[in-house]
Amino acid sequence: MTRRLVITGLGATTPIGGDVKTLWTNALAGTPGAKTLEHDWVEKYQLPVTFAAEVSIEPSEVLARPELRRMDRSTQLGMVAARQAWDDAGLSRPGDEGYDLDPERVAVSFATGIGGVWTLIDSWDTLRERGPRRVMPMTVPMLMPNGAAGAISLDLGAQGGARTAVSACASGVEALDVALEMLRKGDADVVLAGGTEAAIHPLPMAAFSSLQALSKRNDDPAAASRPYDRDRDGFVMGEGAGALVVETEEHAKARGATIYAELAGSAITSDAHHITAPDPKALGASRALRRALESAGAQLSEVTHINAHATSTPVGDKPEYAALKSVFGDHLENVCISATKSQTGHLLGAAGAVESVLTVKALHERRAPVTINLDHQDPEMPLDVVTGSPRELGDQQQVALCNSFGFGGHNAVAAFRTY
Amino acid sequence: MADKNEILAGLAEIVNEETGLEVEEVQSEKSFTEDLDIDSISMMTIVVNAEEKFDVKIPDEEVKNLATVGDAVDFIANAQG
Repeated sequence: MTRRLVITGLGATTPIGGDVKTLWTNALAGTPGAKTLEHDWVEKYQLPVTFAAEVSIEPSEVLARPELRRMDRSTQLGMVAARQAWDDAGLSRPGDEGYDLDPERVAVSFATGIGGVWTLIDSWDTLRERGPRRVMPMTVPMLMPNGAAGAISLDLGAQGGARTAVSACASGVEALDVALEMLRKGDADVVLAGGTEAAIHPLPMAAFSSLQALSKRNDDPAAASRPYDRDRDGFVMGEGAGALVVETEEHAKARGATIYAELAGSAITSDAHHITAPDPKALGASRALRRALESAGAQLSEVTHINAHATSTPVGDKPEYAALKSVFGDHLENVCISATKSQTGHLLGAAGAVESVLTVKALHERRAPVTINLDHQDPEMPLDVVTGSPRELGDQQQVALCNSFGFGGHNAVAAFRTY
Repeated sequence: MADKNEILAGLAEIVNEETGLEVEEVQSEKSFTEDLDIDSISMMTIVVNAEEKFDVKIPDEEVKNLATVGDAVDFIANAQG
């Protein structure tokens, strides 16, 4: 018999809120997170894109100085979100009074798209300018993509495995798929799942610009991320982290935990079509949607809400629509879509984690967050997009999906059910 | 050229920066590992920062001999001398 899995804790640090409460309030109101960057490197390197969506609360305001020195910014953000989720779930750590978890049954699944890019490039500068003796001994554990998963496992005393999904912008949802697999296999009772990214650095900014992937709306950053709008011209770089405590229903009930929603299913597919461009027929994304629904044992008619990948690139939004249409057919009219990247920007490897937090909140609070900047909806994507004010989702049992797709042809879908 | 009290004070600042320990905790008789709970990675960072601050060389093979804060102060004072 399949073990039922539930979400019992949420954490996030994002451009529109340094915790879940603030994120959720702002997501319902519609809050642009993108601003003109004030770093000297924007001018110094003549970056063609001069804005991004930076976290609203710096990790240095939350973490202690010795911790900060040993973590890349991406791990810092991940740690902030992970601790919030763990505390929200009411879980303790080894050494805490009343610690009653079996540490071998606690695991971590924490993803990233790029990993410690600041550390990698800063330490290369240190080597060239000051010599090998000045290269920090913590350089390798700080730059490695599993750095956040490892540091979080240490912090929580999780000995049941610490895994890192790396699938570009699909990483955050893939982390949930990994968590689901660990729990369904019976390898753990509790998994801290999530994703982090801190790549608002001149190199990724320049590289994504070279790909023509970023919006160039330098004169109006707040209006730049506009999924489904006919005038969309690219995504907006964001940073942040999201975290979800996933545990077996049995374990959650035994400790009297608050249950936000069920993690009902998930699926991963790959396009094998092109390294960056989505398959225009969206066959891989369609298969991911179908398999996630199958994994959740969900009927199409149960689905009321989707937090879409919707990055606001001219080429990306349409194939996702094609996938949704092919899977849902006429029922798509009854599904309300939130494109929350319009507010947060694109958090790359953290996107799916933060958007899963929002999807779970939507089910728990029975309201879908808004999409901003949709002034003229592209007629080729006639979706029911939530704009203006949040959408009431109703009291019935229902399923919501969170989509994430990434360079490399990665497709990831998570399915949540009201609990 | 710094005297031993100045070296101790400077070293305490470096340790504080790396570990968050209060500077008053960093006293001559304290062991880096036993008393101050400083691991080998932090120790290397402290050594490199001390080399720069006091303009001395502390060879890697010497680091294991620096058991206490006082050992490090003496080494730096001699190296400067």
